[in-house]
Amino acid sequence: MSAETLLSVKDLRKHFAVKGGIFAREVEKVHAVDGVSFDIGQGETLGLVGESGCGKSTTGRCILRLIEPSSGEVWFKGSDVTHMDANALRALRRDMQIIFQDPYASLNPRLTVGAIIGEALQIHNLAKSRGEMEARVVQLLETVGLQPDHMHRFPHEFSGGQRQRIGIARALAVEPKLVVCDEPVSALDVSIQAQVINLLEDLQEKFGLTYLFIAHDLSVVEHISTRIAVMYLGRVVEIAPARDLYDTPLHPYSEALLSAVPIPDPTVKRKRIMLQGDVPNPIHPPSGCHFHTRCPIARPDCAQKTPELRESRPGHWVSCHYRG
Amino acid sequence: MAETLLDIRGLKTWFKTDDGMVRAVDGVDLRIDHGETVGVVGESGCGKTVTARSVLKLIDMPPGRFEDGEILWRGRDLIPLDAGEMDQIRAREIAIIFQEPMTSLNPVYTVGHQIAEVLRQHDKLSRRQAVDGAIEMLHLVNIPNPAKRVHDYPHQFSGGMRQRVMIAMALSCKPKLLIADEPTTALDVTIQAQILELMQEMKERLGMSIMLITHAMGVVAETCQRVVVMYAGKVVEEAPVEALFGNPRHPYTQGLIRSIPRVDRAAEHKRLEAIPGTVPSLLEPPPGCRFAARCKYAMDVCTKAMPPLKEVAVGHFVRCVL
Repeated sequence: MSAETLLSVKDLRKHFAVKGGIFAREVEKVHAVDGVSFDIGQGETLGLVGESGCGKSTTGRCILRLIEPSSGEVWFKGSDVTHMDANALRALRRDMQIIFQDPYASLNPRLTVGAIIGEALQIHNLAKSRGEMEARVVQLLETVGLQPDHMHRFPHEFSGGQRQRIGIARALAVEPKLVVCDEPVSALDVSIQAQVINLLEDLQEKFGLTYLFIAHDLSVVEHISTRIAVMYLGRVVEIAPARDLYDTPLHPYSEALLSAVPIPDPTVKRKRIMLQGDVPNPIHPPSGCHFHTRCPIARPDCAQKTPELRESRPGHWVSCHYRG
Repeated sequence: MAETLLDIRGLKTWFKTDDGMVRAVDGVDLRIDHGETVGVVGESGCGKTVTARSVLKLIDMPPGRFEDGEILWRGRDLIPLDAGEMDQIRAREIAIIFQEPMTSLNPVYTVGHQIAEVLRQHDKLSRRQAVDGAIEMLHLVNIPNPAKRVHDYPHQFSGGMRQRVMIAMALSCKPKLLIADEPTTALDVTIQAQILELMQEMKERLGMSIMLITHAMGVVAETCQRVVVMYAGKVVEEAPVEALFGNPRHPYTQGLIRSIPRVDRAAEHKRLEAIPGTVPSLLEPPPGCRFAARCKYAMDVCTKAMPPLKEVAVGHFVRCVL
């Protein structure tokens, strides 16, 4: 990778306790994130894909410490995020922001749009006067394609796409360096989805933003990402430049995932790799390679040995005993 | 020519609200022939789900009401039928599956009980025979170990498996038409592929037709023979699937197809063509073409009168003055 590394995640783990029994003791653990490592370079977009429950959102939230990781390290511009105290963490949140999936649930319904966006400016003392703050809010609204007079309205007066623009304006208010986009377009209609994706790309260019783009829609991730990490049951199974992953997926899971994406062109006929069964329960993930229970090329030792993520060719990492 | 099963003509399903009349479905024509899979696509609020529910009369009335039009099922209008007569149509002739299988299954009964209930309602079967029938249906939709799983409750199934249970229930009386309302939207992509394959397999085995309601153009391209595109309560284009994707004629359809990122065309990375603006309100829709405000080709005439649906090629209909 040519660009300077902005964020480095090392062996990140998050185990959620499953409580049971009369004293609500911890009886089991859900291994939501089970040893995830990756780097994100300055100005790049790393796509994080995988199916529900693979741990992609938990990973994003652990990076921001919205959820406390169980172990592992998150390095951002030379400091370890996982050991920061509350003050340092607040300062850090100026540099790292998040956009959520559900624009309906992530905006306070009792605040005007101006107050929602202005709140971040207040917390971080980024506006000296009321006039300055309003000017900045207007500027932000225009940046995301809304009207200045929208600042006096409430979230319910906006459509889904517009609300997502408000969420983006709020994230941009503090001039962050890294934005974690957690399924930012999944709740939107396709025509609106394209508007928001274009906006995110424009903003990246304009402000030199770095994105961690979490989504389950491979077409969207492929479109926006420089590199893509594929997750399965809490682990990264493959990381590669976006084009490489599409042209030559190495991990059998990535291959099946890509082949399952429906193509909006009836003249394209592809061979689909059907995976059998469902994703196993993350409380008791399969031994060895987590994917061996559904893998079309699994051999007996896949159930015993956990494969390491290794560089199969420059920049293309895969975690499989028999591929790459 | 195949037999026409469903023929919706000029259907208007409106809803009375505090703010006024919402014209959710506002003059829809839609035909489904024997053995066909017809896709009904459009974005949230375009009226695709209301159209589907109108067919089975699953709309709460009030606030909803049939303002106009007819729904001909093998030549017979369903709108005047009473509840008892509709029960004869539902499940046995036309069945429906929904997007969210968890909310469509009753959580306090086993899946076997629920499938058996459908069987017993429509055929005279003993309890034992009905349970056997349920097991057979679960087996048909590839649920592993059906004799055991028939006694499980819905929460014991995963999302994909629940959708299989829904399909088993819907198909238990061997309907002639299956209405699938966003059947894979809540599912992961690998599970979606399994369910679409299952539906295709069931269609061939039972010789039924499918009305597939979805917003996912990729799913339509891979499963349907004919596509109906809806926008703001109206059909704006109808065509065989190859023509719709190869030569879309309505500016909305064109925009819809161009706004989707294509995973198979990674090399041509370029900006997505977004459709500006948002869907208009259906409360008091403007007199002209409902897409005019977002259309880059819009002219004066577009805002004056609703263009008619006209045939531009064999089986290819477009509601646009261009």
